[in-house]
Amino acid sequence: METVLGQSVQRLEDPPLITGRGRFAADINFPHQLHMRMVRSIHAHAEIKSVDIAQALALPGVYAVWTADDISHIGPVDFRADRAAEDIKPYRQPVLAKGRVRYVGDPVAAVFADDPYLAEDAADLVAVTYMELPVIVTVDDPIGEFSPGIDTEAAILTHSYGNIDDAFSRAHAVVELDLFTGRHAGVPLETRGAIGRYDAAKDILELHGAAKVLHRNKETLTRMLGRKQSGLHLHESHVGGGFGIRGEVYPEDVLVLAAAERFGRPVKWIEDRHEHLMCANQGREQHHRARIAVDAESHILGIEDTFHHDQGAYIRTHGVVVPNLTMCLFTAVYRVPAYHARAHVRLTNKTPCATYRAPGRYEASFVRERLMDAAAAKLGISPIEFRRRNLITKDEIPYTITYNEPEAKKAEIDSGDYHLLLDKALSYIGWDTLSPELAQRRADGELVGAGIGIFLEEGGLGPSDGAKIAVDIDGDVEVITGGASVGQGFETSMAQICAEALGVDYKRIRVIHGQTDRIAYGIGAHAQRTTVMTGNAVNATALAVRKKALEVAAGVLQTAADDLVITDGTIIRRDDTAGPSITLGEIAAMLVPASKSRGTHVPGLAAEEFFDTTETVFPYGIHFAVVCVDSGTGHVKVERFVIAYDIGRAVNPKLVEGQLVGGCLQGLGGALYEEFIYDQRGQPLAVTFADYLMPTVREAPDVEVLITEDAPSPHNPLGIKSAGEGGINAVGAAIAGAIDNAIGRPGAVTRLPVTPQRMKDLLRAGA
Amino acid sequence: MTDTHDITLSINDHDYTITVDARHTLADTIRDQCGQTGTHVGCEHGVCGACTVLLDGQPVRSCLIFAVQCGGKPIRTVEGLAKGDELHPLQKSFMKYHALQCGFCTPGFLMLAVGILENEPDISDSDLREALSSNLCRCTGYANIVKAVRAAAEELKAGS
Repeated sequence: METVLGQSVQRLEDPPLITGRGRFAADINFPHQLHMRMVRSIHAHAEIKSVDIAQALALPGVYAVWTADDISHIGPVDFRADRAAEDIKPYRQPVLAKGRVRYVGDPVAAVFADDPYLAEDAADLVAVTYMELPVIVTVDDPIGEFSPGIDTEAAILTHSYGNIDDAFSRAHAVVELDLFTGRHAGVPLETRGAIGRYDAAKDILELHGAAKVLHRNKETLTRMLGRKQSGLHLHESHVGGGFGIRGEVYPEDVLVLAAAERFGRPVKWIEDRHEHLMCANQGREQHHRARIAVDAESHILGIEDTFHHDQGAYIRTHGVVVPNLTMCLFTAVYRVPAYHARAHVRLTNKTPCATYRAPGRYEASFVRERLMDAAAAKLGISPIEFRRRNLITKDEIPYTITYNEPEAKKAEIDSGDYHLLLDKALSYIGWDTLSPELAQRRADGELVGAGIGIFLEEGGLGPSDGAKIAVDIDGDVEVITGGASVGQGFETSMAQICAEALGVDYKRIRVIHGQTDRIAYGIGAHAQRTTVMTGNAVNATALAVRKKALEVAAGVLQTAADDLVITDGTIIRRDDTAGPSITLGEIAAMLVPASKSRGTHVPGLAAEEFFDTTETVFPYGIHFAVVCVDSGTGHVKVERFVIAYDIGRAVNPKLVEGQLVGGCLQGLGGALYEEFIYDQRGQPLAVTFADYLMPTVREAPDVEVLITEDAPSPHNPLGIKSAGEGGINAVGAAIAGAIDNAIGRPGAVTRLPVTPQRMKDLLRAGA
Repeated sequence: MTDTHDITLSINDHDYTITVDARHTLADTIRDQCGQTGTHVGCEHGVCGACTVLLDGQPVRSCLIFAVQCGGKPIRTVEGLAKGDELHPLQKSFMKYHALQCGFCTPGFLMLAVGILENEPDISDSDLREALSSNLCRCTGYANIVKAVRAAAEELKAGS
């Protein structure tokens, strides 16, 4: 059997997508549907004095207008079950604002009409009067009152180990930095969309346009709507990009379901881009004050970091997971004997924040790698040499970090050889010749330089995921998973894993995902779980189907099962490939319930298995950037960007490369162009694509990717790790280092993104 | 609000005789009234290019033009690219070079690229990048899109 696992085969997803036959949320329609349009706050913080819906209701074709009073039985948008910390519950977002709005875009009312244009007209006719209240726009503003007796600092979280005071008292040198990461977001090209439908005959509510974590969201939504678990199903169709923000539960998801049930008509909501840039989850905005202690031999003694995390106006479904992620792998690939971090989670009157691809990690890597660069500069050694001295060695792995805080998750690094990857990366880059070349160009007056960021990722968080696989009498295979597809190539990679284990052509495999009515459990697609968890579940299930097929075939072919192999869907003797054979379809036909040849076998060539794990996987990588700064315009041109990444084992290298390159460009957006900025009254200033500047092809360097497989995970049979966030993690860090190097001023970059204006300011400050 | 017009839209050589409001965009009309949902709406203000179609052979943002302006003019959308089961060279090339991930921007990029290559088959690399920079993709990082269009350009030239 020709192996398919590890091959860059063509994607199964592509044919409908390139012919215009995809089915994205806006493409889903049901007869007699209503269209929902939100009325949103125009103020960042205000008391709602009155909402007058009379004029809107009077418009022909308007079916209903809802305010908070119409859904008083529905509580605020809830956290996922495992994030239900009591003390942050007061900060949850109501589905429709009750008495007070807290950010521009906060939903105040919902209009339902026969036509989407009409719904928008009616929304304009809803008259809301407000009394403006003082706003908190930055995390450094004084703490205010969120509601009576509850202040705007929602939580203080810590992660610590080792003796930090001792580390700093023994230090040969200490460097302290004040650093900011700007507010970015995933901004998928497809906006959010939700279509609610009530099937009265079955008493089942359906949510279409769902994504990412459907089974978990089903739990949340049934709890909020007061429905039985069996009374709601979520359905994923094509999803136009996820990146963390898509597929969380938002107020609009709850509204279309509640309205569909109450009205008995399907309700469709499609977000427009203006709404998306004000209302969908944002992230990244943190202000760090960090310091590092080093000894005379350039060894790190300790790192201390206190930061303010801008949570925006409410705490959404993730709770406080992002600031925790900033801290929990902060030290990453380095040997740091003492670490103390403290996060102040603060509410502001801006769009609420949650996860965006490499949540917390992009921020942490920027801060950590800035510290590395600063310490190296202080000690007068090269940034690369400083890092090399402090990388955890291969012999120290498995390497465990246990935090003092009982609620902080231990990091148990499974496998890795960081020095090897650094060597391979430097050799790939041609550092020994590139470095003097860059120095010469600088000597000739160019502002050109190189920067590096080394990072650790975590993926494959369990504890368990399952799959169901069945082979039909045609020999075609259906793989039912609880995974989700956000465009990353999920169907193809699952089909490859199944094909490898079962011995069939991957093109004969249909992979089901994101359908809560097809499988009871599912881990979804988030935090780099999918390929590891669902992939290993598919592997285990396919092996079980294979075993059953071979058992049945053994009787037919009069050969021990161990002596049989499956090639391209046909079972043959290992030592006599031209001899008697039977296809998987024929075996499936023998196993239909009424088959006389079924014997004592349970009907169906099918299986359901689970993959359980208590361990996680730790892929790691290096980002390397060469930039050239235009002193006239402040433009930072990325001349080269190299990603070296150890994935353990790649299921499909082309898809891995696609994840890494795509993630990298998002990282470059956050490092150089993209930022959600607000004025002093909390008015968002980036609400169109003309203001929020995502990279186009002109800003895109030809990102070079070096994928290595030197450290497969020992914690799963496939040895696989994850790829989704390895392209973006340390982009900000590497770009910052490169700019410093280009302008010859270590530590110059303290804030992302380095927009042309900020670059000009940096150049002026140094002049 | 009821300023309606009877028009005939010619999409991929098929005529749709419909009644539209004056304010209905071409994108919404193609999708909602003509059922051709391959044309996607990504921003509704003419920046992302997901809604790009060919109007009279030129790539246009169908979110920035009203349907009532387009009666009688030939419109081509992604649904019309393949001839039966035979994919357009650009479609094949996008698959081969992994030039799509989520696929939402893909129809717009395909129609943009078809327009570019039909109007300027010998386009230089730098002009091609410039032209392709009018659309946004959030998944791929663009390199594979450029490769796919460049490869298809060579194939189209060889075949013409």
